[in-house]
Amino acid sequence: MSKIAFLQGNEACAYGALYAGCRFFAGYPITPSTEVAEVMAKELPKVGGKFIQMEDEIGAMAAIIGASLTGVKSLTATSGPGFSLKQENLGYACITEVPCVIINVMRGGPSTGMPTGPSQSDVMQAKWGTHGDHPAICIVPASVQELFTETVRAFNLSEKYRMPVTVMPDEIVGHMRERIEIPEPGVIPLTDRTPPSVEPEEYKPYDTRFGDVPPLAAFGSEYRFHVTGLNKAEDGFPTTRAELVQQEEERQMRKIEDHIDDIVSYEEYMLDDADVAVVAFGSTARSARFAVREAREAGIKAGLFRIITYWPFPEKQIAGIAGRVKAIITPEMNLGMTFHEVMRCAAGKSTVSGIFRVDGEPINPGQILDKIKEALR
Amino acid sequence: MEKRLPTIEINEKYCKGCHICVEFCPTRVFEMKGFIATVKNQEACIECMQCELRCPDFAIKVLP
Amino acid sequence: MSFDYEKYIRPGKLPHIWCPGCGHGIVMKGLIRAMDALGMKKNNTAIVSGIGCASRLPGYIDCCTLHTTHGRAVAFATGIKMAKPEMQVLCVGGDGDGVAIGGNHFIHACRRNINITYLIMNNNIYGMTGGQFSPTTPTGAKASTTPYGNPDPPFDIAKLAIGAGATFVARGTAYHANQIEKLLVEAIRHKGFSVVEILDSCPTTYGRRNRFRSVVEMMNNLKEIAVSVQAAEHMSPEQMQGKVLTGVLYRDNRPEYVEEYQKVIEAAQDFAG
Repeated sequence: MSKIAFLQGNEACAYGALYAGCRFFAGYPITPSTEVAEVMAKELPKVGGKFIQMEDEIGAMAAIIGASLTGVKSLTATSGPGFSLKQENLGYACITEVPCVIINVMRGGPSTGMPTGPSQSDVMQAKWGTHGDHPAICIVPASVQELFTETVRAFNLSEKYRMPVTVMPDEIVGHMRERIEIPEPGVIPLTDRTPPSVEPEEYKPYDTRFGDVPPLAAFGSEYRFHVTGLNKAEDGFPTTRAELVQQEEERQMRKIEDHIDDIVSYEEYMLDDADVAVVAFGSTARSARFAVREAREAGIKAGLFRIITYWPFPEKQIAGIAGRVKAIITPEMNLGMTFHEVMRCAAGKSTVSGIFRVDGEPINPGQILDKIKEALR
Repeated sequence: MEKRLPTIEINEKYCKGCHICVEFCPTRVFEMKGFIATVKNQEACIECMQCELRCPDFAIKVLP
Repeated sequence: MSFDYEKYIRPGKLPHIWCPGCGHGIVMKGLIRAMDALGMKKNNTAIVSGIGCASRLPGYIDCCTLHTTHGRAVAFATGIKMAKPEMQVLCVGGDGDGVAIGGNHFIHACRRNINITYLIMNNNIYGMTGGQFSPTTPTGAKASTTPYGNPDPPFDIAKLAIGAGATFVARGTAYHANQIEKLLVEAIRHKGFSVVEILDSCPTTYGRRNRFRSVVEMMNNLKEIAVSVQAAEHMSPEQMQGKVLTGVLYRDNRPEYVEEYQKVIEAAQDFAG
């Protein structure tokens, strides 16, 4: 039987991680994500897992990669400035293809910004924050329930595609309290990384004979291997051979690009016959849903496209909507990050206008409703 | 009884010519030949193993 | 007796990348002999490094090896040790990696006293980037970024480790090749965070800027400045001027971190009933 609970978003996130089989957490205190660490500190040892508060954000990101290499599902949680610090080793997890999950509860910025205020301004950083080319998966939940289930999905995607996955609720979603249903263990299927099927002496950590996501052995098992942040060949050792570097980098992008439909997740609300579409995510999508309902009551055909997987961006879906509606509106708690992505996908097929708010206040339904009316004028 | 001489192997692919073996051998067994160390006086070797111990490049083996 | 280093070296990985006369190879040999003396199992040993010349060491050794980001080796290693305590975890690296960019991770690993051995090859310079001064470059020394002499005072890595709470701290030199093995054997056997600093030489980027005429002169300098802890007992402060203490400098017995966390697990499980 599933369990009904009244939880804060950050708490639900931690319980989602535990449900997904996470048994290692390394973190550093930072508002507004600290509750994730607090729940993990309390709950992990109960199930034989390990919690460590590291000396800094960089060390926390390093520790979860180390732990994951021993085969243990690992998590860290942070916010804005901490997410900036994690970029170094986030890049390391990308190039070495080590599964792990990073929670970034979005507050304003740049720099210290508004520690207790909500924001949605880290979505570009989730894709472009670390140097170099790499694939990215980033999930932006909009409710406490979704923060639970999407954290489970984040672990599953991370294990399946052998890469870091970020879950980024805005502060409002991280700190709101809602009723949630925690399913019985096993109800949500869990994914584990593919173990090697070859003999230890044949094992290569980036063996493409097994597809674009090579099997990953664990440190301390019968398999020995080398892991480096340098560009590497299939055997895991550094290489500067041009064709090998190119192949490896392209394969890493391909493992996402070839599975977009498996990863991209979204919700459509009253979009079928809509003249105007609101594209929103996180807490802003909750205001948007309210505004769409109000608009419908006023006889305006409005609809909502709610982004759940921000990266890879739902390009195909947005392009489709742009071909059907007259106008798209992008309300977001930043100065136009989603707006530009939507402009790119709409490619001139519909008008796109934004509501941008970075004052630490949520975007309210009235603001969105006004914009819907304005867009159709 | 004739003295049994050890075999001193120098791996020329590994040797980087740092001179450490030449200078630290107490009986002056080695000399430089261009950029590579070579054995000059094998009969002087007393098997103290200093060369093998100190060679930074894993290039020297002293076998009985 | 000749020692078979190839037992622990990955096939086809030699010659290594280090310059002629660099002491890192001598240190790596000491590490391999120590691993052999302790009968360390390759599959059960993780060797973790950061960035720099010394950090290339794990790539040569046939264990579970992790070449990470600059300064972060100890933090990665902490994750491995926590998640899989039955593994032997070693960290290796240089002075810049360990106590400049990695200084924070270093002191906190000392404080936690987690059962990891950290081998620091201190050659007083950033070698891989071409010879910039490091936090252990002596005051007055020349480096590519101190063309008029180094204005910075250096760190004493061993004192830093002791002050931060490491429970085994030792120092050797690349000249004292046999001692490297002995110190590492003791350090790895020690339960807790152990630090072994090996004074090393970089003829390429440090020696030639600081009036060392040859590789051998640099090696001999290590011999001259080293004074064992035992010998130092009979020496005056004046006699110790310009000398460096070598041997086991500090040993203590404090609770080890992973074992302490095991108590947390037990407490939490008791609490949960």
